[in-house]
Amino acid sequence: MIEEKDIIIVDEPDLSTTEKLYLPQVVQGLRTTFKHLFKKNITVQYPEVKREQRVENYRGVHRLNRDEKDRVACVACFMCQTACPANCIHIVAGESPWEDREKYPVQFDLDELRCIYCGMCEEACPVDAIELTPEYDIVGRSREEMVFDKEKLLAVFERTKDVKPRKNPRITGYAGTGDREQSSGNTEGEG
Amino acid sequence: MLELLKDQFTFSVILALVIVGILNGAVAYCIYFERKISAWLQDRVGPNRVGPLGLLQPLADGGKFVLKEDIIPANVDKPLFLFAPFMALVLGFIGFAILPWGGSVDLDGDGVVDVIAQVADPGIGILYLLGIGGLAVYGVVLGGWANNNKYAYFAAMRATAQMLSYEIPMGLCILIVVLTAGQIRLEEIVLAQVGNGNIWNICLHPVAFIILLTTVFAETNRTPFDLAEAEQELIGGYHTEYGALKFGMFFLGEYAHMITGSGMVIVLFLGGWHLPWIPGLQPEDVSIGAMLLKMSVFGAKIAVFLFFFMWVRWTLPRFRFDQLMRLSWKGLMPISLALMCYTSVLVYAGKATSLAWCLGGELGVVFIVLAINAMRTAPITGRQRNMPAITVHKPAGAP
Ligand code: SF4
Ligand code: SF4
Repeated sequence: MIEEKDIIIVDEPDLSTTEKLYLPQVVQGLRTTFKHLFKKNITVQYPEVKREQRVENYRGVHRLNRDEKDRVACVACFMCQTACPANCIHIVAGESPWEDREKYPVQFDLDELRCIYCGMCEEACPVDAIELTPEYDIVGRSREEMVFDKEKLLAVFERTKDVKPRKNPRITGYAGTGDREQSSGNTEGEG
Repeated sequence: MLELLKDQFTFSVILALVIVGILNGAVAYCIYFERKISAWLQDRVGPNRVGPLGLLQPLADGGKFVLKEDIIPANVDKPLFLFAPFMALVLGFIGFAILPWGGSVDLDGDGVVDVIAQVADPGIGILYLLGIGGLAVYGVVLGGWANNNKYAYFAAMRATAQMLSYEIPMGLCILIVVLTAGQIRLEEIVLAQVGNGNIWNICLHPVAFIILLTTVFAETNRTPFDLAEAEQELIGGYHTEYGALKFGMFFLGEYAHMITGSGMVIVLFLGGWHLPWIPGLQPEDVSIGAMLLKMSVFGAKIAVFLFFFMWVRWTLPRFRFDQLMRLSWKGLMPISLALMCYTSVLVYAGKATSLAWCLGGELGVVFIVLAINAMRTAPITGRQRNMPAITVHKPAGAP
């Protein structure tokens, strides 16, 4: 409860003489804008000139990482699909041909148009297989084209691995390789 | 051919065609420069993709206007809806007819003045411009009415009220010039300024010039007086329902109106085609070359004005409606009325063209305005004065 005596009502100030005359203020405003006529433009001529990347954790197009043996790092655990608030990840899991993991994604579709680029999938992934990249200028001629499949997502990885290396390249699976401890120490400091 | 040209009627027709042709292009490029200047004032680049420096942008805009689907909404008043844009465009352009573009011309060099470089020189002179200016609001009003849309209707009401309030100071300021020159024809007003020892009317009546300029802004619906198309409140105002070429015509009409308005101010206060002491720009110079030179000087003066219009548009925010009314009825009108009375006294005393007397009077008026201003208080916001007084409490320890 605010007490009556604590309330200060401030009357609005009156206009000063020059403000009442209006004209001096107009001249002042015109002077300000006239100065801007000769200032350097701040426009970035986009397709020709691109802004340098300012933030490291920019959330652009996704990529599916490859591990050091060049296999897709994803273990088809469905964590990202579950975490995704936009329901835009669809995974079909299959039995993995490699013995250090049980499953791998036979199909991995990500609808880049539905995605809200929140980064939840990246947070959720236990093996850091899905990551958001600094790439932002993706275009397509149809909606279907903007649903990125596994190949496209892996291709994004090829394109961006030099700009943004994998955070924890050694995590490959959870079949008792002992890499888990390391990852839990390294994933902090995100976001 | 020359014989034919020496006929004022033929000459007028050709001049009209040439001027309307040039002005059509000029109006299109006004839109380009409007965008460029707004960009420069905001540290941006502006249109630069269509053609070199974006110079083909007006063509692209025009093409877009032509090719867009021309929708006529179901509930509009169809004849008026179709008529309003024509009205705006035609009334914007028609005022050019009596602007004195280049003085008298002697076409064959025999020392006899053959024609005047003016499409028409009616005896009513400036009254014609006033009439056209008054009619111009009909484009807005009819558009707003025919739209059958409440926002557009509001815009039409605002435009009418604004026009009513600003025509009066405008007329009074024009009257000052007419009294000083003793003439009502535009060409004669220019000649009177030259004849008065090269003293343009702006030197005699700077305050009246500022008032006239303000009212021209209001007449052409330009910021800060563009209440009739306030995007934020009225979603575009009177042209809410217009699209395609019909919208484009409103657009062109506005710029054409701007050019006419600046032409009028230039003729009345800035000596029209005249520049002092420069040979070729004096009334005695009547060759064809001199005519072209005079036309370009007039055009250059208009260009400066257009730049000023755009500069102001991208500097000042829009007025609130009560401020608009107050400015006209309580500010501009008494001042211009006082100036007008003073000028008529000067005319009676035969001192109408004396610099000292005129400027003295202007100074006196400015002084009175300052004095009244100092006595009056005005709140920053529009809080009405008849609301209950605010009591100010202060807690015990407050500063
Ligand atoms: S960024 Fe967010 S919305 Fe996009 S796929 Fe990942 S979890 Fe889903
Ligand atoms: S969370 Fe990672 S490992 Fe699991 S399915 Fe998604 S991308 Fe694959």
